[in-house]
Amino acid sequence: MQGEGPAVCLGSDVDTDQIIAGRYLRTKDRSVWAEHLLEDLDPTLAGRARGAVIVAGRNMGCGSSREQAVVALREAGVVGVVAPSFARIFFRNAINVGLPVIEAPVPPCTDGARVVFDLDAGWVEVDGERYPARPLSGKMVAILRAGGLVPYWRSRR
Amino acid sequence: MSTLSERILGAPAGAYVDREVDLAFAHDGTGILAREALRDMGVEHLPHPGRLRLIFDHIVPANTGTTATLQAELRGYARSSGIALTDAGGGICHQVMSEGAVRPGMVVVGADSHSCTLGAFGAFATGVGATDMAAIWASGATWFRVPETIAIRLGGNLTGAAEPKDVALTYVSKLGMEGATYRALEFVGDGAAGISMDGRLTLCNMAVETGAKTGMFYADATTVSYLAEHGVSVAPRTLEDCRYEREVDIDLSDIVPLVAVQHRVDTVREVEEVSGTQIDQVFVGTCTNGRYEDLARFAGIVRGEKVAVRTLVVPASRAVLARAIATGVLADIVDAGCMVAPPGCGPCLGAHMGVLGEGEVCLSTANRNFKNRMGVGGEIYIASASTAAASALAGEIAVPEVA
Repeated sequence: MQGEGPAVCLGSDVDTDQIIAGRYLRTKDRSVWAEHLLEDLDPTLAGRARGAVIVAGRNMGCGSSREQAVVALREAGVVGVVAPSFARIFFRNAINVGLPVIEAPVPPCTDGARVVFDLDAGWVEVDGERYPARPLSGKMVAILRAGGLVPYWRSRR
Repeated sequence: MSTLSERILGAPAGAYVDREVDLAFAHDGTGILAREALRDMGVEHLPHPGRLRLIFDHIVPANTGTTATLQAELRGYARSSGIALTDAGGGICHQVMSEGAVRPGMVVVGADSHSCTLGAFGAFATGVGATDMAAIWASGATWFRVPETIAIRLGGNLTGAAEPKDVALTYVSKLGMEGATYRALEFVGDGAAGISMDGRLTLCNMAVETGAKTGMFYADATTVSYLAEHGVSVAPRTLEDCRYEREVDIDLSDIVPLVAVQHRVDTVREVEEVSGTQIDQVFVGTCTNGRYEDLARFAGIVRGEKVAVRTLVVPASRAVLARAIATGVLADIVDAGCMVAPPGCGPCLGAHMGVLGEGEVCLSTANRNFKNRMGVGGEIYIASASTAAASALAGEIAVPEVA
């Protein structure tokens, strides 16, 4: 599983309240979540997300289990999320909705840096510099490859 | 020689296991998405509806037509699928599950990050997202990576106005917001025995604020008698000599009232250091500190006095509310000028009722003080029920008197 795009950079400990605020949870309209993605952190971000790779700092996606956070990222067109470490529920949720998450020791970057990742080969490159990605379990890879837990489930019935 | 997680999941730390889930619950927020995912999976028949619960707590009672319609849809699904529903007003999912449903040794999964709360019973209890929950509804099982375990070794006894919340803030500040990511916490040591069930639930609740998968106590005499009061008979578990990844020692007799200052849960100060900080609201409640003992401690301090700022008290469950009525605790709270809202999450996640305005400051007994969580531009200080009471009376952050 490969992907690439310009980096959109975030700091450490970006919590799911910041990714999608509690006030937008009163709907199941996915476009609302994409529209308000990371709004309180940077109102311009939702508009720059399509085709981009999010490069975050440590503990990406901490806090609430709200799956709307990963759905918002996917619906906004984010290609993948790279971080040195992830909060575990966010990480599981991302795989379950088919959003590639790459745990790799990437340093803080600048917006627009060229990011390329190859989950099968186990690496990510930021502006040509290559970092090893932590391997996923066989089941996680299978779920991600299927496009998420729902299609994975359907394919196995 | 295994940790509690290894014993319950039946494999050594680091292994991936598929495991039957004994109890699984979702709330009005995550339940709606789980229902959608289940429909997308094409699953119509649930193999084990008796293991599942839906508990409405996040936005109760419904605040808008949209919320009401979503909840009506989920309510209808509960009826048709056979999933037991605790409707609006019953309480916060973790508290409802703590009132006799969860037993030692169970595997419990909730579609909410604070599901780690229920590890207080010596269960393996953890949070997942909505799609994982849908798969559990569909199959009765899920996968786990068996976590490594960090021991929080408690010694001595709490003194003065310090309470379990202050212990929770202590270990969160020691570990940091990702100090236990992918790990389990086990609360052990001589000091653990002296902590009540309500206090253990508070301690385990905040495990996720360190990134942990769960926080756990061994079931002991306290657990056995608490569950007996809820009509459940269980046996205590004995601690095995096992290998912890790391141990953190906390002497309970050193603990003083603490507060997490904005916007990080692991940025903790003594209340004394920030006393005098002006506040606009006090919020007492949540899955961290909305239990009977919290309300009783709060009432004990405000009894016969008047609060100086708007103060919102939200009991964690109907059972908590009923007990507070029966013992007169609620009358003390109301007489002191506090508002009392129906059992549920209240304004903790900023979705409704009691949210903050730009520049407003709240002293809260919740578990998260993330930027903008309770409202854009609002600031949150996190503390105990006793600190909340002293601060409500003073109209500014204040150190609680020795009980």
